[in-house]
Amino acid sequence: MPFHSRSGLRRELLDVVKVEEVGPYRLLRLKRGRLESGIPGQFFMLAPPGRLLPRPMSLCLATRTELGFLIDPIGPGTNALTGVARGERLQALGPLGNGFRLDVDRPLLVGGGIGVAPFPYLAERLARPPAVLGFRSQAHAEAAALVPNAEVVVEPRLVTEAMPLGHDVLACGPEPMLRAVAALAPDAQLAWEAPMACGYGACYGCAVEIDGKLERLCVEGPVLEHAA
Amino acid sequence: MILNASGCLDALTAPEVAQSLDTFVTKTVTPLPREGNEPVRIAETDLGMLNSIGLANPGIDRFLGDTLPRLLDLGVSVWVSVGGFAAQEYAELCARLDDQPVAALELNVSCPNVSSPEDEVEEIVAAARAATTKTLYAKLSPAVPDVGSAAAAAARAGADGLTLVNTIRGLVLDERTLAPKLGSGVGGLSGPVLRPVALAAVFAAYRATGLPIVGVGGVETGAHGLELIAAGASAFALGTVLFADPEAPVRVREELEREASARGFATPLAAYAAAHGGPPPTPLRRVA
Repeated sequence: MPFHSRSGLRRELLDVVKVEEVGPYRLLRLKRGRLESGIPGQFFMLAPPGRLLPRPMSLCLATRTELGFLIDPIGPGTNALTGVARGERLQALGPLGNGFRLDVDRPLLVGGGIGVAPFPYLAERLARPPAVLGFRSQAHAEAAALVPNAEVVVEPRLVTEAMPLGHDVLACGPEPMLRAVAALAPDAQLAWEAPMACGYGACYGCAVEIDGKLERLCVEGPVLEHAA
Repeated sequence: MILNASGCLDALTAPEVAQSLDTFVTKTVTPLPREGNEPVRIAETDLGMLNSIGLANPGIDRFLGDTLPRLLDLGVSVWVSVGGFAAQEYAELCARLDDQPVAALELNVSCPNVSSPEDEVEEIVAAARAATTKTLYAKLSPAVPDVGSAAAAAARAGADGLTLVNTIRGLVLDERTLAPKLGSGVGGLSGPVLRPVALAAVFAAYRATGLPIVGVGGVETGAHGLELIAAGASAFALGTVLFADPEAPVRVREELEREASARGFATPLAAYAAAHGGPPPTPLRRVA
């Protein structure tokens, strides 16, 4: 079973270490404080300065002293999160949700775009398995440097064209990619995404269809063992 | 007394948050199960957020058989929010909850995400009143011409208290495509933007009825809660703030005590109706 966090919410104001450019993405590095890093695929709610709602971000890097988040600055929340500087602090709540199941024999990471965010941490925990990562441009593909043993494909080529079969697939990326991956690897563990206001089951905003029913992704996922 | 706004907390997934409140208010329960609205269900605005959850709930049968026993196991005081599409449905829900060990029932007659029986407040409250001896709160919408009249109607029909306010309808468009961001188009607007609306509604309902009132709408700090008390609320609830800050009940309670003291009030409730500059218009029947 995936890791479950049903209670024990941990929230802390974390110091910003730095924000690094990774192609068009940004790697937000925070002092870890007393927060656990959790299981890869779990996420944290990060509060952007000046915005009402926190944003869900899966953990990208975990060291003894830092937590790192790979963020695509595309809207007011993600721009505010990546616009911080050393000396500022951000509220972080987590880890939340269910991460990837790590007891797999032949892991293969399959990611698309900003969906590669949880892979550096996941790769470290799985002893650097092979990865196939897809991006929309060469600039975006710079993020692949964060993931060891990665084969990179750039559009119009798709990850499903480069994906070897017969592996235990752990995937994260846009919904069409996840559906295409699931068609090739029905047992794949898939990390989904949905807008969330809270991340801990309170708002019912992140409903997705699971087994024909609308369920909260933050409670049941974000990693699911089958196509949602 | 600090509660959560109905639909803004699941005590079963965050029990420690529910236990930090004085009372936990459930998500609205309806006669039949409801899956809720299609995604996308939430969108941030400049001064608040929209939701279109659509009263997702397991229905009264599963609520009584599964949800409520687990809630009661948490040892928290529970109010059950009920909703329906006709007065008779409210009455049936209240009758089925009448022998349950819950502290009060809140009649949601104001959800902006389902077709709303706003004009039928009096009929619904009267039907519910006839079905239960439980303490009954009517949760009203501020999106009516005269909140005081709606509050008076609820009082006439036998409500013990009022909850003010529910969200009001709003629309957010995607900046690029100009299409509605929410799957259902419109949704309920909450957050800081609602605070003056809630204050005005509590102020009017207090004048019109003198009933105990749970003030709801944009409370983020103890000072905001104290303002609602001054406007005529005997308790207040936290809604949207819980999404960003699950520790808000503890923080707001501390701030409330401090803010009351700083203004010379011995307790927060000593500021009750202070905005009205005089004694209550009618005797306060019961403070929640």
